[in-house]
Order: sequence, then structure tokens, then C-alpha cells
Amino acid sequence: MTKLNTQPNFAAAGRRSRHAYSPGDDFYDALIAAHRGLTDAQSELLNARLLLLLANHVGDLDVLREAIELARAGVVATGKAP
Amino acid sequence: MLSTYTWPRYAYRRAPELSAATPRRVPLVIVGAGPVGLAAAIDAAQRGLQVIVLDEDNTVSIGSRGVCYAKRTLEIFDRLGLGDRVVAKGVTWNVGRTFHGEREVFSFNLLPEAGHQRPGMVNLQQYHLEQFLVERAMQFPAIDLRWQHKLVSVTPGADGVQLDVDSADGRYTLHADWLIAADGSKSGVRRQMGLDVEGKVFQDRFLIADVVLDGEPFALERTERRFWFDPPFHRGESALMHRQADNVWRLDFQLGWEADPEAEKNPERVRTRVRAALDSQGFADIGFELEWVSVYTFQCRRMAKFRHGRVLFVGDSAHQVSPFGARGANSGVQDADNLVWKLKLVIDGAAPASLLDSYDHERGQAADENLLNSTRSTDFMTPKTRAARVLRDAVLSLADEVPAGRALVNSGRLSVPTVLADSALNTPDSEAFDGWMVPGAPLDDAPVRGADGREGWLLPHTGNGFVLLRFGRPDAIESAAIEALAREPIAVHPLWVLAPGEPAAAGQAWVCDRDGLAARRCDARPGTCYLIRPDQHVAARWRRFDAAAVRAARGRATGQATA
Repeated sequence: MTKLNTQPNFAAAGRRSRHAYSPGDDFYDALIAAHRGLTDAQSELLNARLLLLLANHVGDLDVLREAIELARAGVVATGKAP
Repeated sequence: MLSTYTWPRYAYRRAPELSAATPRRVPLVIVGAGPVGLAAAIDAAQRGLQVIVLDEDNTVSIGSRGVCYAKRTLEIFDRLGLGDRVVAKGVTWNVGRTFHGEREVFSFNLLPEAGHQRPGMVNLQQYHLEQFLVERAMQFPAIDLRWQHKLVSVTPGADGVQLDVDSADGRYTLHADWLIAADGSKSGVRRQMGLDVEGKVFQDRFLIADVVLDGEPFALERTERRFWFDPPFHRGESALMHRQADNVWRLDFQLGWEADPEAEKNPERVRTRVRAALDSQGFADIGFELEWVSVYTFQCRRMAKFRHGRVLFVGDSAHQVSPFGARGANSGVQDADNLVWKLKLVIDGAAPASLLDSYDHERGQAADENLLNSTRSTDFMTPKTRAARVLRDAVLSLADEVPAGRALVNSGRLSVPTVLADSALNTPDSEAFDGWMVPGAPLDDAPVRGADGREGWLLPHTGNGFVLLRFGRPDAIESAAIEALAREPIAVHPLWVLAPGEPAAAGQAWVCDRDGLAARRCDARPGTCYLIRPDQHVAARWRRFDAAAVRAARGRATGQATA
């Protein structure tokens, strides 16, 4: 049974958004802003640190394993360079 | 190149001021006869103002410019008397499809619900729109449209603005009480006044090709916007295809900052790109001719203030955005919509000049929202760093696989009206309401049946001054109290929104909410009242009528001091 939520899921507590894209765009904007002014190596470290923090927050190993598999499958299948 | 359009030439006329002994004092001058200046002029004339419009040219927009006119802008055009013409000539569409390589990763519907007169978006070449606006403006004797009159200097004063104007017959001076600067991104008024416009230039170039097709890729009623990341016909960059009137199609190719604009404009090179784009979509049997080719860059920036004393900046002179999102012309027309009713009250002495500061505040908020959304779209389409590109490509690769990825794909968030939620003109709710029709929101349309029995729409019953929507039929005492508001200096015109079967009394303005959609969208119950501003935004709402509350809300919405 799959436990990983792959539906759009961004939301801001206590705030309603008229446009479904708004909370996701807010997140993406914050993420891009966090990378501003960093070297490539620093950016990679930022991504890794963020990943580990979020993984700890999720906590559920079943979910994390599913996410790891899904993420890797796409990379291997398309054969794209990172 | 082929042309599907013949440019009109508007006649120059000698200015009467050239023969006058002393410079004339006029209430309102608008600089710039583009879509925004003309919309402002028509609005001003409809509200009873005399207006002079100066334009240095004698025709409409040349070449590829604005294409997409959003629902809210169409509703404003309805109020200005040209909505039907724009919609009839334009191409209606609601669905946008986004592709990554050959796969569709995301689609949106601009109008997911029925029961609105106007569609999410209509595409129309800017020259057609400008021509319709000019022809509408020419119907008003109050509009003095001066072609080939070039503003050469602006001298702002405490009680007006001195304008020096060059014409074929010589130079003359106008003293305007108020000046609207609708003179575009390179605004001469802004430069004359030494004002800055702050923001950033994006380091990317885009090729526009407007082409006339000799076949139809898809039927008119199934028109859609197509956007590609990394398409097979244009690897590594993005591309866009839009349909305009007369089977003219807009193709837009991202080129990158290093591209040579002159080389890219070579017609053979452009033809190769267009051919590949058509072939790749299965339209190999459709031929084309080029109508227009240009290479553009863009900026995202705004002036810090849109009001400088008696000079008001609207449209591109005040703010510029990237084209992804159709937020340029749309936000400009909405600026005019917001400004002109306020200016009318101020010119009439019915409201203090400080009411115009709310134009700066409200439309400044809208400009910020437009800049935010168009900058985000641009950041996604044109990642500026390696890290940003990796994340963007990760979103696209996930979008191929899961809905969560699709939600983050940003190929342009298209123009929607700003909810002026923070405006000082709003009266905050004192009772609970569901839905989106909060004070500051533009009133949603709904199908209604008029007193004459004809099927129509709610919005055209508003917009001429303040309107009080009263849901359900009031008793005689309340009815008389509501009617009294229409006789006050700043009139509030009543409109009863009745449920099907509810009887109306003769002599009163009413509509039948035939599908109950007006009530549903306003979360209205019998007795609910909505105060609608002249620009069709909600000023206040209540669960029951209270004349003192309506007067206070009207005072607040017109910048009167509130106790």
C-alpha cells in the first residue's frame, strides 16, 4: 500500500488561497530565494540539509523509502544528468 | 511580409489654443492614446468629464504587442461600451496546456465554473483593440482626441500642471487641473518630472513571430494556449503558441541572453523555426506567411508612487512586467478603471484630493501582485543560477510522474483581478460571510433576468456610480430608506436582487437571480446588502440594511474623514 502523498499539498495555516497555485508558488519562491548568492557547492549542501530536515519531520520510514524509490526511478529512467 | 490589417490614419487638427490670447485651463489631459489612455478617456467622458487626449502618432499600435485580454478587463470594456466588439473579433479561450518535451505535464482552465458572461481570456491583436477604443472615444463630444500633438514639457504646480505641446502649426500651452500619464514604458512625463522606475531587467531574449496560417490547427471553439519547456522543435528553451484574430498565430521562442537579435530576425531563420514548431505538432500540411517578427527583452519594475500631486501614472508608465501572465495591458486598463471614478468625485468637489492616494495604494498593491507573479513565472522559465535550473528541471521531471510536481510547474499565472483587501476604502465585515466576495474584491458576475424579462448579467447593472445590492424584496419602510440614498449628492442606486418568483414593485430597479448564483457567490440571504463601488469592487456588506452604516461606508469609500 502506498503512503506517499503525491497530490498537490501545499497550504499556509489559517490562510485561504483563491488560486490553487499560490501556496506552491510561495514555497518555490522561498526555495529559490534561499539559494540566492550561494556557490554551486553551497547550494548542493543547502539542498542536502533541507532534505534531511524534511525527512526527519516526515519520520515515517515507509513514506521516505517510497519517496526515495520514486525520486530515483525518474532519474534512472530519463537518464538525465543532474 | 503579409498583412491582415490596414492601419487607419487619424486626422491631425489644429489646436484652438494656437489662436487664443491666453492659455486655456482644462480639467483633465491624458497623455498617450494607447489602450490605457483611451480606456481612461472613455471612462472620464462617460462619467461626464471633458478630456483632452494627446498622442504624438496618428495611428494605432504597430507590430506585436499585447494579445490577451482577461475576464476582468473584458468586463471593464463592457462598462466602456466595447466589450461585445472585442469578444466578437477576438479568440475566446479558457484552456492552457503545458508540455515538457513531448509530454503534457499540466493544464489549466481559466474559468472552471459556468454562469459568467465573459470567458477567462480573449486574444486580440493590440491594433484591433486600439482601433475599437478610438472609434468608441470618437462617439463622445467630450473627448478631444489630438493626433500628432507631442507633449514637450511638463511643469507641475500646486493647483495644476502646465503642458507645452508641439504640433504642425506650432507650439501651445495647456493648463490642466489633472494629468493622467498613459504614455507607456518610456514615459516622457515620467522623464520630464525626473522620476525613477525601479526594478530589474531580465537577461533573456525572446523571438516573436506572428504568422498567418493557411489552415486551422484546431477549431476556433477549441482554441487553447500551448506552452512548452524544452520542446522537440526548440531544444533547451521554452516556446509558446497563441491564436489571435484572422487566423494570425503568435509564436514566441525563448532564445537566451547570448542570442544575436539581428541574426534571429532573419526571415529564413524565423521560417525554419516556425515550420519546425508546426511540424512537431502534426501540422505539417499547414502553410504560413510571416506577419511580424521581433526580438524582445523585458523588465519587471514599478514607480515607487503612482500619484505625484496632480499627475497620475497609469499602465506601463507606472509599472512594467514580463509578458508571461498577460498582466501588462490588463493591469493598465484596471488602473484606469480604479482611477477615473475617483478623479470625477475630486474634480466635482464631492471628495477630497486625498482620495487619489487610494489609487496609488490600491493599484500599487495590484502592481506588486503582478510583479510577484510575473517574476516568479520568469524565474521558473529562465533559471538564473545552476541551483535554480536543477530545481526547475527536477519539478519538470516530477511533473511527468506525479500531480505534486505538476502543481509547481509555472508557465505563466494568468491575469486575475486583484482583491483590494487592504484598502482603507473598505469597510471591514462585522458579520460572518463565506466565499470570496470580501470587501475589496471585484463583484462576481451572475446570470440574471432583467425587469424587461430579458436574460442578461448582473455586472452591467452596476458601475454607474455606487450601487446597493439588496437581496430579496424589502418592505415599504426599508424600500423608502434605500430609495432616499439615491437622491443624495453621492448617489447610491438601489438594485434589488430577487429570487425567482419573488414579486417586484413597479418603478424600482431589480433583477431576478434566476439560478441563485448571485446570492450563492455573495453568500447572501434575504436582507443581505452589498455596497458596490463605481469600479464594481465591493466596498462593504451587511446582513441587514442600515442607512447610517451605508452612509458611513460610502463616506469611507470616497475618502471622507471617518469618525
